[in-house]
Amino acid sequence: MKTLEKIRKIREDKRKELDIRVNSEVGTKEKHILVCHGTGCTSSKSPKIIENFRKIIEEKKIENVRVIQTGCFGLCAKGPIVIIRPENTFYAMVTPDDCEEIIQTHIIEGKPVERLLCKDIDGNKVHNLDELTFYKKQKRIALKNCGRIDPEQIDEYIAFDGYKALEKVLLEMSPDEVIDEIEKSGLRGRGGAGFPTGKKWRLTKDVKGDQKYVVCNADEGDPGAFMDRSILEGDPHSVLESMIIAGFAIGANQGYIYVRAEYPIAVERFAVAIKQAREYGLLGKNIFGTDFSFDVEIRLGAGAFVCGEETALLESIEGKRGQPRLKPPYPANSGLWGKPTLINNVETYANITRIILNGADWYSSIGTQGSKGTKVFALGGNVVNVGLVEVPMGTTLREIVYDIGGGIPNGRDFKAAQTGGPSGGCIPKEHLDTPIDYESLKEIGSMMGSGGLIVMDDTKCMVNLAKFYLSFTVDESCGKCTPCRIGTKRMLEILEKISKGEGELEDVEKLEELANSIPKSAVCGLGQSAPNPVLSTFKYFRQEYLDHVKEKVCKTGECKALARIQIDETKCRGCGMCKRNCPVEAISGEPGKVHHIDETKCIKCGTCLTSCPFHAIG
Amino acid sequence: MISLKIDNKDVKVPEGTTILEAARKVNIDIPTLCFLKEINEVGDCRMCITEVEGRRGFATSCIQKVEEGMVVHTNSPAVIEARKMILDLILSNHHRDCLTCIRNGSCELQALATKLNMTEVRYDGVKNEHEVDDSSPSIVRDFNKCILCRRCVATCKNVQKIGAIASCERGFASCVSTVGNNSLNDVNCTFCGQCIQSCPTGALHEKDSTKQVWEKLKDPNSYVVVQTAPAVRVALGEEFGMPIGTNVTGKMVTALKRLGFDKVFDTNTGADFTIMEEGTEFLKRLKEKDNLPMITSCSPGWVKYIEMNYPENLPHLSSCKSPHEMFGAIIKTYYAAKQKINPEKIYVVSVMPCVAKKFERQRDEMKENGLYDVDAVITTRELARMIKQANIEFTELKDDIFDDPMGEATGAGAIFGVTGGVMEAALRSVYEISTGKELKQINFEEVRGQEGIKRATIKIGTEQVKVVVAHGLGNAQTIMEEIKQGKADYQFVEIMACPGGCIMGGGQPIVNSKTRATVNVREKRAKAMYTIDEKSKIRKSHENPALKQIYREFLGEPGGHLAHELLHTHYEPRKKYNI
Amino acid sequence: MLIKLFYINNKNKERRNVSNYCVSIKNEMEENKVENCSCMDEKLEKELEKILEQYTNVKDNLIPILNEVQIKYGYIPQIAQRKISEYLNIPMAEIYGVITFYSRFTLKPKGKYAISVCLGTACFVKGSEKIMERLKQRLNIQEGETTPDGKFSIDSTRCVGACGIAPVFTVNGEVYGKATVKKLDEVLDSLE
Repeated sequence: MKTLEKIRKIREDKRKELDIRVNSEVGTKEKHILVCHGTGCTSSKSPKIIENFRKIIEEKKIENVRVIQTGCFGLCAKGPIVIIRPENTFYAMVTPDDCEEIIQTHIIEGKPVERLLCKDIDGNKVHNLDELTFYKKQKRIALKNCGRIDPEQIDEYIAFDGYKALEKVLLEMSPDEVIDEIEKSGLRGRGGAGFPTGKKWRLTKDVKGDQKYVVCNADEGDPGAFMDRSILEGDPHSVLESMIIAGFAIGANQGYIYVRAEYPIAVERFAVAIKQAREYGLLGKNIFGTDFSFDVEIRLGAGAFVCGEETALLESIEGKRGQPRLKPPYPANSGLWGKPTLINNVETYANITRIILNGADWYSSIGTQGSKGTKVFALGGNVVNVGLVEVPMGTTLREIVYDIGGGIPNGRDFKAAQTGGPSGGCIPKEHLDTPIDYESLKEIGSMMGSGGLIVMDDTKCMVNLAKFYLSFTVDESCGKCTPCRIGTKRMLEILEKISKGEGELEDVEKLEELANSIPKSAVCGLGQSAPNPVLSTFKYFRQEYLDHVKEKVCKTGECKALARIQIDETKCRGCGMCKRNCPVEAISGEPGKVHHIDETKCIKCGTCLTSCPFHAIG
Repeated sequence: MISLKIDNKDVKVPEGTTILEAARKVNIDIPTLCFLKEINEVGDCRMCITEVEGRRGFATSCIQKVEEGMVVHTNSPAVIEARKMILDLILSNHHRDCLTCIRNGSCELQALATKLNMTEVRYDGVKNEHEVDDSSPSIVRDFNKCILCRRCVATCKNVQKIGAIASCERGFASCVSTVGNNSLNDVNCTFCGQCIQSCPTGALHEKDSTKQVWEKLKDPNSYVVVQTAPAVRVALGEEFGMPIGTNVTGKMVTALKRLGFDKVFDTNTGADFTIMEEGTEFLKRLKEKDNLPMITSCSPGWVKYIEMNYPENLPHLSSCKSPHEMFGAIIKTYYAAKQKINPEKIYVVSVMPCVAKKFERQRDEMKENGLYDVDAVITTRELARMIKQANIEFTELKDDIFDDPMGEATGAGAIFGVTGGVMEAALRSVYEISTGKELKQINFEEVRGQEGIKRATIKIGTEQVKVVVAHGLGNAQTIMEEIKQGKADYQFVEIMACPGGCIMGGGQPIVNSKTRATVNVREKRAKAMYTIDEKSKIRKSHENPALKQIYREFLGEPGGHLAHELLHTHYEPRKKYNI
Repeated sequence: MLIKLFYINNKNKERRNVSNYCVSIKNEMEENKVENCSCMDEKLEKELEKILEQYTNVKDNLIPILNEVQIKYGYIPQIAQRKISEYLNIPMAEIYGVITFYSRFTLKPKGKYAISVCLGTACFVKGSEKIMERLKQRLNIQEGETTPDGKFSIDSTRCVGACGIAPVFTVNGEVYGKATVKKLDEVLDSLE
């Protein structure tokens, strides 16, 4: 147990000690080596890098240098990432073998290791992280602490205003004042639907009940989205603190966080956070000596996308099959075990403490008319800077893809971007300048979703994409209601038929009928939005469907049965890349001469297509 | 009261009414499939969707409560189109072999297809293929016909509190399954058959025994005797379009004779034997304070339940066989001897409201001298099918009476088929036998009625006897927990596996969801039973002259040596899962 | 690129529910993949009792318990289903319903090399479908199946969080990033 005074003291002392993390001008001999310890970089041996650094430092008896494991820096494509403070040097794609050189050259000799410096879009090497275009257009609110602190050290969180919002709320504010502030901020749910957060809190608070619950939805199901995971891995206390605040605001004393079991690191970090918060008396009975008590438990998901739907998630916490409940009643009235329950997403919670500390006016000054604040996106697919980005609402898709994302690799063209995952839609080239907020995305047939943003280049077939998403929904449908259980399956069957070249015009009609009907009759959000990928590809790429059906051609070659993989003799320069990459040795040709594909051997895997530097294969 | 408009009609209903109920009040029909009143109100199938002005998406009328000023359209073009699409999708994954389906003509899906004018299946595609589980003696599970309404799951889990089947898998592969998709025979199923009663299609049905019965009827060397349970006569008429609660005893007897049975007996007489034996057993146990409370044992689903779930409490069970088994034993001994027929040639068929009786019949304990007491059990539904197959115009039949010498039963035997009936019949006899005085008030209203658990204290002589009546296995569980925890102070317990008793048994005519929601079927069938009792000349089992004669000529004393050999049995702990 | 997905963190063991989650995943799984014999059942029952002891017998512990059993044994043996059914007083069919609902729970043991291809969107866009097709073709089994010799099993996952090095596949939890059909073939060759 720590008293309020002690925590304030920790904040003050630790903040001074950690000034080096935020201030590059600080005059100190100390160096902090920050190593990303998120899932992406961990997969690329970042734990080994940390180990090596520590070993070398010990062996060489270097003083004033600390190695810190942090959360995600965002630029996953360049991982594993190492940053050296205070100068803020950004090293990309570091291997454990590079540690020696970094210590020797950078730390001891004081010179940057040139070859490990990250290149910006213009091709120039960048010394200081802040100079990277990737970061320049971002505004980090939810991700503020990710990559700055060691997520397993509560003191480091406290140093950067951690648990200050809780202090303010418990000592100076009434529950209504807290909710007023959230309402005024204009924050909307970051899980996808964008329901006003303050309103949700108000509704739950106003329901009478002796027992209420606060739930955090960390069942990030959208494949290709990893915002929530990164926040939990990089800054678990901010979510925990906000949950406690929510508990105070609505009158709950128990919270649950439902995390995907596929996120072991996030689970572990959050568990550590809970333990530390309990030790400090920030969780448990009579927090800060007030009457308010609150505790949190972790519940693991077990692999069901539908559990991201709030009522399905509640069912799952209760130990049942994660089948959504019919609404109304909403969780605010009847949630966990029938009790009033507030359920918000990780990213939503991550904004709460900042709103409380900086004020609603500050928050609502960011963003657009209807969508305030920032949004975190997991940028993936055919884009140079795959990673995690946080931008003010209203940023255009073009800025995200080209400025932050660094454009499309391999000189390819942008074809479309998908937001909202399997529930969302694709955004074609003509809408690249759409400002991203809840309303505009809806208008063009997509949705904000939880924040997956997948970029596709012109080698991608939109029929195949729709088929991919549909097969996902069919796999993940809970099977409760008829339209989703059977309807999506029938849609997938038709798409498969079309992609095999067996589709007829009537199939396109049927597909459209189903796509228009299911949203109205399915029980939950997953079912209602399941046809969106089909509807939006229909809207923008209808011709591609017709090509598949009428001409029996898939121009990208992704639909194998309709693929005609040929080498354009006018473009081929005989570099041999395709030949080298072909897994079945179907390509022949002399160096410098036009190459040929043996159709009897070709398995239409498309490897040659992507490997050709001259776009000669198609 | 809430005022709203449904299809331009003004409706006033109490708060908390659903759109579906409100519409039915003004004779507007909204189709349903997964809805089963008070049992399965989940809104899964989406058939009952309606349009509510000012609302995004459709409203689920079986769940959605009415709101003041609501304007509902139940049959707008959009609604009809959406419903048709949903039904189309359901049919696309259904084995549409209606002509040879056991539920042809009584299927809710079929009725809906007719109603919605489904002349084609537009969105056809792959179907799920499942093996048919017909290895249990009682219930056949044909998942190919399942439409995933999950009414059976809700009934099994929430009403009967068994959970032998559950929703399994997900998405298109979703199905209703036992653990590991094992046969019902090998899991914790009690064969009560309530799942069949809740199934709208032919996915769950009784194991058909009519073939064997026809074979025997054709065989000149067999002496085929049929007996009919008390509850059959008040429901059989429904299969021929007669109103619920019609007593068709006379027509049923005529039909059975027309079918070619050599003798038509009344299981009600068997019930009278049960009362004599059970009553005697109870008085003895009461006196000796031996394993009290004593619990009735005539419901085979209940017996299987206690064997699986409360084996340590088996000594509480009465050792009496159920009425038709007792009667079968008497037919193959006393009656065979008297008529000089070789018992091996006698084939006893029981017409029962029950599918668990099919299981009970083939238990090893139900055998005497290598012969089963009963050779075949057919349900009320199977009898109706036989009558139809024989081209008998049931509604036009004249009345006939049961054959002698065991034709006349008492009113006490008649009420065996309704919850509280066994208790009441037993109390009538126990009272008079133990006190030697005549009962002034013959009806025991305390144990009648539809309440799940009925408790009463009955004064018998100087003794205050505490009795309790439970029906439905969910209620049985409550009583068993009380007994297990030593909290029970009763002396006599009646338990029937089916909610309402045998009149609502798993073998009875199936009542569709809409009728179940709007008509009190239980009450109507029960009323018919009590009317039979009221009209009976003799209303106490121990006064049955046929029964007295058989005890005198053959069995000796109730509870005596021979009676024990023929009319009593024993039970053994049973594993819940044989997997 | 051979990298490990699960960074195993052994501290804070005392925590309930989650405590056993991150510990030991791989080694124990292999340890427990012993051939079936009747003496195993008894051992299994004892171990299961130990697992169950840590949880109160309330229904909402069902999924945490199943998670633990799945991680420990690589699947959920029938004995475990029965034990849990008795302990939590939930019918076996319902437990079976929960197991078959969640894709992380499996009823059959996986192969010695459990190969999983990420079919998340990021990986899909980068061509993971081809990896999966090749894998099925090479091993001649479908998703969710194990080769008859028990050596390989194929699964798909939705996002392992390594989108930066998409497409990825994993073998017993170790991530292979920037995968190509060729690379997959090489990895399979090295395992055979």
